[in-house]
Amino acid sequence: MTKRLVVVTAGLGKPSSTRLLADRLATATGRRAEADIQVIELRELANDIAQNMVTGFPSPRLRDAVDAVTSADGLIAVTPVFTGSYSGLFKSFFDVIDKEALAGLPVLIAATGGTARHSLVLEHAMRPLFAYLRAVVVPTAVYAASEDWASDGAGALAGRVDRAASELAALLGARPDRPLGDSNGPEEPGRPADVDDMAVVPFAQQLAALAVEG
Amino acid sequence: MQFGIFTVGDVTTDPTTGRTPSERDRIKAMVAIALKAEEVGLDVFATGEHHNPPFVPSSPTTMLGYVAARTERLILSTSTTLITTNDPVKIAEDFAMLHQLADGRVDLMMGRGNTGPVYPWFGKDIREGIPLAVENYALLHKLWREESVDWAGRFRTPLQSFTSTPRPLDGVPPFVWHGSIRSPEIAEQAAYYGDGFFANNIFWPKDHFKRLIGLYRDRFAHYGHGTPEQAIVGLGGQVFMRKNSQDAVREFRPYFDNAPVYGHGPSLEEFTEQTPLTVGSPQEVIEKTLSFRESFGDYQRQLFLMDHAGLPLKTVLEQLDILGEQVVPVLREEFAMGRPAQVPDGPTHEALVARRDQDAKDAADIAADPQEVQA
Repeated sequence: MTKRLVVVTAGLGKPSSTRLLADRLATATGRRAEADIQVIELRELANDIAQNMVTGFPSPRLRDAVDAVTSADGLIAVTPVFTGSYSGLFKSFFDVIDKEALAGLPVLIAATGGTARHSLVLEHAMRPLFAYLRAVVVPTAVYAASEDWASDGAGALAGRVDRAASELAALLGARPDRPLGDSNGPEEPGRPADVDDMAVVPFAQQLAALAVEG
Repeated sequence: MQFGIFTVGDVTTDPTTGRTPSERDRIKAMVAIALKAEEVGLDVFATGEHHNPPFVPSSPTTMLGYVAARTERLILSTSTTLITTNDPVKIAEDFAMLHQLADGRVDLMMGRGNTGPVYPWFGKDIREGIPLAVENYALLHKLWREESVDWAGRFRTPLQSFTSTPRPLDGVPPFVWHGSIRSPEIAEQAAYYGDGFFANNIFWPKDHFKRLIGLYRDRFAHYGHGTPEQAIVGLGGQVFMRKNSQDAVREFRPYFDNAPVYGHGPSLEEFTEQTPLTVGSPQEVIEKTLSFRESFGDYQRQLFLMDHAGLPLKTVLEQLDILGEQVVPVLREEFAMGRPAQVPDGPTHEALVARRDQDAKDAADIAADPQEVQA
């Protein structure tokens, strides 16, 4: 069965080396597993993300992007390294997603930077972020410095891309079933209902938990 | 269907003049706005409750008592009364006193309050917000319905043979709404008691509230209070009007752009597209408000936020004139059209008393002749 692979890239340039790395990872994964690939460029959502921070609710197109990520079978998340860590835009996107919504999601993490000196951002910032969200991060994380783009096809980057893609492809069917909640809202087949945010404990049970008499 | 206004009670600098009203100015302005609401034919005035600057209304029944003495018809309400941090015994007493003084023109809306630091000032913890709302309201509900209350719970000292005085007018408690922005637990609570549910939809998109109100309506029916269509729903809305739409936008934009709750985020245009905020002509306000019925079903109470974003009192009073003269009369007519007969009107004391008496009469009839009723 075809899986849904979503790529989130926080590159800002046009063209962007972050997007380039994201595309290589997506293509390599797509070669190993049958997957529909959707790319989300956070640059295009920068205003929507900032506004969600202020208002507390997503614009329709940000909501679509968040829904795509939370309902995916696999995620490739790629950020440029800014000031020693993932970019603020990258972090902000994941800040506006419900912290339960990525549980069990297989994730391939990758980053780009000017030099290889920052490559541990993947292990010291990206991996803990997704661990907090209880996503399943594949063992191989891919870092591409400027010098890697100059290496030939047999170089280290291509090898790491292939290894990481194999690891993600193997997990694409592994995400546990998510609850299909909310019998009140419109059902959209194939999409887990909004983290069943309308699920409710029957009132008698809420009262009983407090042991209020009468 | 009832129409009214609700006020947050914020002291906000007018961004066009740099002038900040004093607390006294703001309190008097809130009263002037309430009196104006009655003058222009609105049904309800509701005040917020806050315990931190820049807000003034920490003592709603004091203000509402004063307004009650100067009005004849206006229903006095809250938006909201903090059921988490107030002692439910004091809420029962304060609002029963107001209920008596105002000849029954009182209802109230329960809310939790979302400002973490306020809770410990009253000896509470925001992490217990929902359990506090559940337990405290269970006690309040009992205090207004039982003369002698024995009670024990997690959050306050027990009561034995306690009678809350005065009793509500005519022995019929004030109608209660439960206000919520995002919590399905509160929709469930409102449904359980057959109380009203006020979806404060002013800052969020309608899809969310469609689901929240849908949940409330379903659960209202589940608990045997009537059909989903008979559930008692209130909605918010916020508007700024001028005769010409462009004038409204030009005048309101600096207020929007700088207001603590609106500003520095989405543009005015984006915000009006996604939330109930309407900045335009009276006709645009009418159209937007009528669209609420399409989204949420026939409902009972529409409250508008009018004194927002630091608008000066003079402007707010002009807005209320427009609302009362040009908008609400049309809305009353339009909402009445095609409204199913079984959908209840907005709650009033008289209606609650009549229902109580009818229920008593029905019970007596059944006791007198059970066969006939079964047939």
